Amino acid sequence: MLLIPCPWCGPRGQDEFGYGGQAGVPYPARPSTLDDQRWAAYLFVRANPKGPLHERWYHAAGCRRWFTVVRDTATNAIRAPERPDPAGPAAAR
Amino acid sequence: MSGPAVGPAGPNAYLPEHPARLWSAPEPRRGYQVVIVGAGGHGLATAHYLARNHGITDVAVLERGWLAGGNMARNTTIIRSNYLWEASAGIYEHALRLWESLAAELDYPILFSQRGVLNLAHSEQDVREGVRRVSANRLAGIDAQWLTPAEVARVCPIVDVSDTVRYPVLGATYQPRGGIAKHDNVAWAYARSAAAAGVHLIEHCEVTGFDLDGGRVTGVRTSRGPIAAGTVALCAAGHTSVLAAMLGLDLPLQSHPLQALVSDLLAPVLPGVVMSNAVHVYVSQAHKGELVMGAGVDGYTSYTQRGSPHVIEAQAAAALEIFPVFAGAHVLRTWAGIVDVTPDASPIIGPSTVDGLYLNCGWGTGGFKATPAAGWCLADTIAHGRAHPLAVPFALDRFRTGALVDEHGAAAVAH
Amino acid sequence: MSRHPRLGTLVDRGTPVPFRFAGRAYTGFAGDTLASALLAAGVHEVARSVKLGRPRGLTSAGSEEPSGLVQVLAPWPEPNVPATTLDLVPGLCAEPGTGQGVLAPGGGGPADARWAHVDTLVVGAGPAGLAAALRATRAGERVLVADERPGPGGALLDRPVGAGERAGLRAALAELAAAPEVRLLSRTTVVGHYDGNLALAVQRFPYGGPDGIRERLWRVRAGRVVLATGAHERGLAFAGNDTPGVMLAGAARAYLHRYGVRAGRRAVLLTAHDSGYAAAADLAAAGVAVVSIVDTRTGAARPHWYRGDFHPGHGVHGVRGTGRVTGVVVGPLAGEGPQWTVAADLLLVSGGWVPAVQLYSQAGGALRYDPGAGAYLPAGCPQPVEYTGTVPVAPGPVLVAPAGDPLAFVDLARDVSLADIARATGAGLRSGEHVKRYTSAGTGPDQAKTSAPLAAAALAAALGVDPGTLPPPSHRPPHLPVALATLAGRRRGALFDPVRTTALHAAHLRAGAPMELVGQWHRPRYFPAAGEDMAAAVRRECLAARTGLAAMDASTLGKIDVQGPDAGEFLDRLYTGLLSTLAVGRIRYVVMCGPDGMVRDDGTVARLAADRYLVTTTTGNAAAVLDTMREWSQTEWPHLRVWCTSVTEHWATVALVGPGSRAALAGLAPALAVSTVDFPVLAWRDAVVAGLAARVCRISFSGELAYEISVAGFDAAALWHAVLATGATPYGTQTMHVLRAEKGYPIVGQDTDGTVTPDDLGLGWTIAAGKADFVGLRSLSRVDTARADRRQFVALLPADPALLLPEGAALVAAPGPVVPPVPALGHVTSSYHSATLARTFALGLLAAGRARIGTLVYAPLLDGRVVPVRVAAPVLYDPAGARRDG
Repeated sequence: MLLIPCPWCGPRGQDEFGYGGQAGVPYPARPSTLDDQRWAAYLFVRANPKGPLHERWYHAAGCRRWFTVVRDTATNAIRAPERPDPAGPAAAR
Repeated sequence: MSGPAVGPAGPNAYLPEHPARLWSAPEPRRGYQVVIVGAGGHGLATAHYLARNHGITDVAVLERGWLAGGNMARNTTIIRSNYLWEASAGIYEHALRLWESLAAELDYPILFSQRGVLNLAHSEQDVREGVRRVSANRLAGIDAQWLTPAEVARVCPIVDVSDTVRYPVLGATYQPRGGIAKHDNVAWAYARSAAAAGVHLIEHCEVTGFDLDGGRVTGVRTSRGPIAAGTVALCAAGHTSVLAAMLGLDLPLQSHPLQALVSDLLAPVLPGVVMSNAVHVYVSQAHKGELVMGAGVDGYTSYTQRGSPHVIEAQAAAALEIFPVFAGAHVLRTWAGIVDVTPDASPIIGPSTVDGLYLNCGWGTGGFKATPAAGWCLADTIAHGRAHPLAVPFALDRFRTGALVDEHGAAAVAH
Repeated sequence: MSRHPRLGTLVDRGTPVPFRFAGRAYTGFAGDTLASALLAAGVHEVARSVKLGRPRGLTSAGSEEPSGLVQVLAPWPEPNVPATTLDLVPGLCAEPGTGQGVLAPGGGGPADARWAHVDTLVVGAGPAGLAAALRATRAGERVLVADERPGPGGALLDRPVGAGERAGLRAALAELAAAPEVRLLSRTTVVGHYDGNLALAVQRFPYGGPDGIRERLWRVRAGRVVLATGAHERGLAFAGNDTPGVMLAGAARAYLHRYGVRAGRRAVLLTAHDSGYAAAADLAAAGVAVVSIVDTRTGAARPHWYRGDFHPGHGVHGVRGTGRVTGVVVGPLAGEGPQWTVAADLLLVSGGWVPAVQLYSQAGGALRYDPGAGAYLPAGCPQPVEYTGTVPVAPGPVLVAPAGDPLAFVDLARDVSLADIARATGAGLRSGEHVKRYTSAGTGPDQAKTSAPLAAAALAAALGVDPGTLPPPSHRPPHLPVALATLAGRRRGALFDPVRTTALHAAHLRAGAPMELVGQWHRPRYFPAAGEDMAAAVRRECLAARTGLAAMDASTLGKIDVQGPDAGEFLDRLYTGLLSTLAVGRIRYVVMCGPDGMVRDDGTVARLAADRYLVTTTTGNAAAVLDTMREWSQTEWPHLRVWCTSVTEHWATVALVGPGSRAALAGLAPALAVSTVDFPVLAWRDAVVAGLAARVCRISFSGELAYEISVAGFDAAALWHAVLATGATPYGTQTMHVLRAEKGYPIVGQDTDGTVTPDDLGLGWTIAAGKADFVGLRSLSRVDTARADRRQFVALLPADPALLLPEGAALVAAPGPVVPPVPALGHVTSSYHSATLARTFALGLLAAGRARIGTLVYAPLLDGRVVPVRVAAPVLYDPAGARRDG
């Protein structure tokens, strides 16, 4: 069972967490300006690499906070976690 | 000298053997009319139907590992067509009708057993959804019944239908024509047929890139050299995104581990297939005697073909809620596949935005039962250069228009 | 007798244990396994094979046993149990296995589970494992040692041990026992290794454990894992190698030293490795006549102590006897030469040793074939897992029978022979995985521990390749079969899933209300008076609510406290309506969509203060809505100053419903001004109700004049009883459903299925005009989402006013019998008898439903009838809302 490194609570078993998929995909600033194709990309397309993935986790059974890690989906090895940027995901990119 | 079998033969004596000739390993040619990436059930079925239905035999099926070693070797072998929407009914029922004549068509024992599939309801809402699905199935001409708890007990006596359990059974949908088949046999049956027709099955050949000319795919790069292709079809299930990324193609897929397990061999105890969404587990008993069991996906994306044990523990608890008599059965082996899941739990079939490249992916947790129809439709799609009518509702474009085919409930696997 | 007078460290000869096997009575000793006790009684045949029905005996002395599996009948039933690890408990009764076990009630469990978080997990308490444990202990680590045998010592239990070794073992155990952070578990098998260096182990309590458990599942999170799991002995492939009386040489040695059991009187040793001699020497010293040693290695040298027939470069070409070895056919290994039969009742087989690296492989460790060892050795692991143990020496030839011999078995559990391997490769298969699936070799309960080395050797020989060129086998958990009951642990029966109940649950039970399961909640469905069925009770409850006074426990509704200077802005972005302009003291009905524009939840928002709101959700979606709020506020809008907290359990809520509710409320809360001017609809007031601090919201889910009174959970019972004392008729979820349905109010999750937009539900009015954006808005203008003929929420009135449409029934365009395929226009989502309307009615989703109002559609029923149904606007009762707003 993956050990997820919560930046606040420390490493905890993955069954304490919810998974949020690819990180760094911000809600578009002006959805009304996007055509249906670009809007669909936001709604439905998330990275699915066989390799390092910057992804979101949510400590549902603990501090209930969201953070991101980089995990290699080919091996499940996890790198250090990141707290969310207070300025918002758009600023982080 | 110890002689042949003494006394009565064992319980598994009657099981049919695999044939004495399967397929050979040819050297890849420089190019083919059609290159299929992925020699799982769908890829092999596609090759078979290209040859049989369309006379197209200049075909190679490329497999990066050992033939049919991906999800085709790892699924829980449940076959049914009782999904919710008409679009799904079309393709899954087409598959079921093909299943019904498949052993004869492929001249191979595939142990297809139409022993019935129960989907249990444990709440009033489950009942509503079950009646809805049965009603929709009957309009589509699919055999579907709604059973009361007493009828469930008659169909499957070991299901606990008492009202003292945590989530009592309130009824069930029942598809009598549903059942199971032996997955390896199915894969090898298609492989043998395709190979006999002249299709090249090339193992240990990993696609590492694509060649394009003016926006049209002209071939693949592989670990065994470049192979030219008039048409390329992706049948790579959980690895589809890896291939699509090589083309700069964004697909709404997420690859999750889906675990399954088998028990030790047991005397026949479970007559049919039983599935439950609420008490999450689905189980059948294979011909050799092992219970074959599965449950929900692991929540994160992964290509490791490994899952977490707490999913297995929860699955075991669910199984015992429904089948108390299974308590002494032993888990013999657990494993996982990589399921490519779409936002609506329905597949993506048809042309892509790249000329000459066809998609067959996103089958998620439901690929095995569709194997014959996936192959049939994809072969037809490739042969005619347009989506087979049954595949049209599953076009990639539906994500742009919003015309999703939401089968999360009917898929019966927690995501 | 077969029992040695002195040897047998594990048995207590002072405690005889009677048992039954195959219908006959025997006696063994405490500390015996069923296998050792049967061998002591001269019984070798314990099972029949699953395919060929051949008699099978005991191959090993441990958990890797492939052939000696029995069916246990008492003291509790269990299928497919290796006799070699089955402790001889009083009352044991077992039958020979047939290859398919039998399940019976009373099998499995009880079991529980424990966590252990340690610095080092040591698997195996033999010399190597104990040494590793001591090193870790002395370094101050927390250590867990798991050993699958009844006691520590590992391989020391299987051979003669000198005084020095014995003393060393005692000292090591004493040091570990004295260390406060060390735990040594016996009868504990580590069965699985997972990501994050998590290991799963099963501890057995054959004599009953704490609380009577039979097994305990350990979940061990370890800083590092040391595998001191030893090795498994390899067999040889020769005709008749499955005959009872043929066993691994090391096993016979183990039976002698552990249990004092001599497995036979006259033994032949067939070996490809020096370790076979040690076993033969011990047996000879214990009084077993070792009449012949057959070594497949041409260059083997006669052991110095051996005086009998020694035949290097020879093999066994057949076994005489049915059900028990009576003779062994010996001849040259290769080429021509005379064969002769040696009379014997025991054939010891030794093909050398294969390191037990299964857990290492499970952990993702690489395995590399070492020709000198003749086996796969650990070659680096990405997780902190190490294997410690002696590197074996490769054996001589282990394939004695010619390729294609149908009686030379490579997998005893699955009846797979060299003939099957030949057939597989003849079919064109080249990979071990394919051969495994073609033949089923390696799929047995021993998880290929005994079969894999022979099957791999046979495959390499059949393909004509070096064994090292074949990829190593994959190892998946569990290492040993684990009972489902052990994995399920305590999550059985009432503990399978928590039951959520409101603070009034006891009162509802006392009132005799049957419960409806709504997710994890138990909610009262109706409150039957004497002699009433559900229909009668609901009829009475509905009439009370519509014409008098009724009350319902509405506490399960999700409640979320949303606070902060930006709380209003936050809610504006998440809901379709405008909350930032809601006045303090007012309440608004709200709808939440997902980004895809589909309705996810509905509820109400009450503005408590400038920077504080109380949001209600549906019962089933409370957690999901709160999670959604947290996700958006933390990851998308961290600059918004807003905090969300669940208060679902904090507040208990009683709905007071009906034309008499105003007067009843006035009686309960004399200081509260209750006129419709003072307390308009969709307003809230803080008040003292029945002497309790309360918040009263004038909201109606029934369409009647109604108030929802919320108090602290601790005060719930007092409020409920005070309300009932006013004469209010208690009602449950069924009546609640009918009342709201008569008003055309949808229930998210029942009338919606995740594919329904606000407009589909007729709730487009909740979308505040002029709002720049909210989650889901953009999706509403997609091609399919803006279609005019989408399924829309309507009411459905069967032409027969007494006919109750089944919920879930389909709706079609034409009457007459259904000849598939017929397209479905929609389906019935809710359906009830209505006392108020004096007829049945339903709600549903129907393609272009609003345009069809007034027309007929048809519902095919499951009994074959197709009944006409008139489409109507969803609000069937009091469309103007006068009763609610009065």
